[in-house]
Amino acid sequence: MSAPFARGIMAAGLAVFLAVGFSRADEKVLRWGADTDSNAPYGFYNAENELTGFEYDIIQALAKEMGRKPVFVYNSWDGLIAGLGRGMYDLVICGIEITPDKAGEVLFSNPYYVTFEQFVDRKGSPPAASLDQLSGKEIGTLDQTAALAMLEKAPGVIVRPYEQEVNAYQDVANGRIFGVLLDYPIAKYYAAPNPNLQFSGPPFGQITYGMVFAKDNAALQQEVNKALQSLITKGTMRDILSRWGLWTPTIAGAFGQPEPPSLADTKYKAFVASHAEQATLWTRIQRYASNWPLLLDATLLTLSVSIVGMGIAIGVGFTLAIMRVFGAWPLRWAATCFIEVIRGTPLLIQLYIIFYGLPNLGILFGHPEFGIKLPPFWAGVIGLGLNYAAYEAENYRAGLMAIPKGQMEGARALGLSHSQGLRFVVIPQSFRLVLPPVTNDFISLLKDSSLVSMVTLIDLTGAYNRIATQTFDYFGTGLLIAAIYLLIGLPFVRLARWTEQRLAVDTRRPGQRPGMFSLTSPRKK
Amino acid sequence: MSGIAGRGKVERNRMEAPLLSIRGLHKSFDETPILKGVSLDVEKGDLVSIIGPSGCGKSTFLRCMNFLEVPDAGRISIAGVTIDCQGLEDAPPKDLDAKAHELRQRVGMVFQQFNLFPHMTILENTMLGPVIGRGMPREEARIRGLQLLEKVDLATFAARYPTQMSGGQQQRAAIARALAMNPQVMLYDEPTSALDPELVAEVLAVMKQLDTEGMTQIIVTHEMRFARDASDYIVFMEAGHIIEISDEDEIFENPKDERTAHFLRRFQ
Repeated sequence: MSAPFARGIMAAGLAVFLAVGFSRADEKVLRWGADTDSNAPYGFYNAENELTGFEYDIIQALAKEMGRKPVFVYNSWDGLIAGLGRGMYDLVICGIEITPDKAGEVLFSNPYYVTFEQFVDRKGSPPAASLDQLSGKEIGTLDQTAALAMLEKAPGVIVRPYEQEVNAYQDVANGRIFGVLLDYPIAKYYAAPNPNLQFSGPPFGQITYGMVFAKDNAALQQEVNKALQSLITKGTMRDILSRWGLWTPTIAGAFGQPEPPSLADTKYKAFVASHAEQATLWTRIQRYASNWPLLLDATLLTLSVSIVGMGIAIGVGFTLAIMRVFGAWPLRWAATCFIEVIRGTPLLIQLYIIFYGLPNLGILFGHPEFGIKLPPFWAGVIGLGLNYAAYEAENYRAGLMAIPKGQMEGARALGLSHSQGLRFVVIPQSFRLVLPPVTNDFISLLKDSSLVSMVTLIDLTGAYNRIATQTFDYFGTGLLIAAIYLLIGLPFVRLARWTEQRLAVDTRRPGQRPGMFSLTSPRKK
Repeated sequence: MSGIAGRGKVERNRMEAPLLSIRGLHKSFDETPILKGVSLDVEKGDLVSIIGPSGCGKSTFLRCMNFLEVPDAGRISIAGVTIDCQGLEDAPPKDLDAKAHELRQRVGMVFQQFNLFPHMTILENTMLGPVIGRGMPREEARIRGLQLLEKVDLATFAARYPTQMSGGQQQRAAIARALAMNPQVMLYDEPTSALDPELVAEVLAVMKQLDTEGMTQIIVTHEMRFARDASDYIVFMEAGHIIEISDEDEIFENPKDERTAHFLRRFQ
């Protein structure tokens, strides 16, 4: 392993240590989890690559009020709540709506923001007074939101769930869908600046955002609620929300404070200004270039996850193949079971189980101390490695079976033991046979490694999400990231082909060194 | 031990303990009996050909001799190593492995399909057994390998890979590879059957030469002419039994058993 890979692994390990290393016993810390790659204005990276957002500001103020030091922990949106159970952070703040059905599983703080759903359609459309008027129309929203639930209840509405609000609004602007229903802060930041779009109709419904705690952490819930109340009373919350342009009559009413904003909406203006400038090719390239530390880290992470993962896959896969081909029946049976279960279930679910499920194993049996809490890097690498091991095992099995029986007989007749026959005769020959499919699997693993962004690691795909949401440049960023994947994959393909040629018996010239497993390898005598 | 209609040299040299002695060998595959109680003694320096129709069990018999097949019953004794196969299935496989390993140290085997290792040069093929199986120093094994390749007239081919050689050359290399283990008995399983007719002679010549040097050799073969020319005596098998053991000329000219006569008629 060369130095950069090792550094990548060490960096990943260090990040993990920093992220989860703070124990609950350390009362001076407030670890908050959020998906900062989702959207403005909650918690996000601005054009200067600094973490910001109204939730970020609230946490800073809250931690100060509580006399704690805020520590940010990144997690992907889908894993945010599961991460609480894993003890990765003390609370989650990420525009999560307080609903009764979630309240059974977790604890919520008092609302830190109250808002509503805002309908947006194309400039010039007649205003929509109620959702019923939208019957027969295609309406976009984001997946897993309160707006989605409202639209699904409205009769006749054709719901189009989007991954990214930018795309939803874009589709309204170019007429692909009729309108978009989303939380007011999103509409304010992503639709209002667009001259082709308009806010339409009254506020729909009411949404309250709350911070989320683990079910057994009522003490922190009380502490946060007390501090939050104090921030509301002192007017700090009004100041923060005013700066972000989010101080509405709704929230003013909820907090029982005057309706006019206390400060100018400077942060909102800054956001709009930074996205208003038309990106030329040159500014885009500059933007990519300015992200080079992120891209470099992400590339190293993807590489180290893939290489370590493949190492595990090869080792475990090889063992499984030997068990399956040469083992006694219990070993054969165990290997076959492993292979079929792993091949037959999605990698994503396996990663979730390893990362979020195993820590709960102990709780399940009443002994929380026995949960297996793997750091994200190792959870990702082990998940990928075990998954690909199943495929590798079948590759190697095919390779071993392809070697004629007479080869082993020849070895045994020469007084070699079975394992010596495997090592010196059968395996070296199957090595060359399985090289092409194994190369194939490595390239495939390289791309599947993007799934580790689900266990809080920022790999290339994670970097794509961050840069794209920051710049709204999905197409260009996508091309850039795809090119990096391609570039890091190619050297391995070349290496494999070169090895294959070195091992090719039929094309070898008499006396040419075979390179591997050679008995007469030039050794100093 | 029924149905043996003749006695060859076995009888003549009974005073000396035979180098190879097999008693009552039984072997079945999936309930189908292949060997039904086969016994044979071979003296040191003999060249014995085993002939018989396809499926008579002659190859299985040969493969049992170095435990590539594990017999169901019977006793095998080669150059001082004796394995009693009674109740072997109950014995710990480790013991059997160790004994079979000891036996194989004394027996060289040459296969119909050569079974050379295609990822190694001819020289490396001859070195693998001594170096890995026996722990011989590399350099010593190399020198010995080269000597043996010279013996089978392949000295200039040492650095070649098996696929770069003709069938006859490959089979001669396979003989050199087996000889590298310094065996006391050489077993040949139809050594010329996979060869083009014009390549057969060079392989048989090597075996004849070994015979003159005093090597004990047992050959399962369809080469009736070679069997007759070179063998000290011939074993005829059919349906899992040894039917007849005769001097090479006698069995061809005056077979004692009708089944032998019937089989040999097709070759004349």
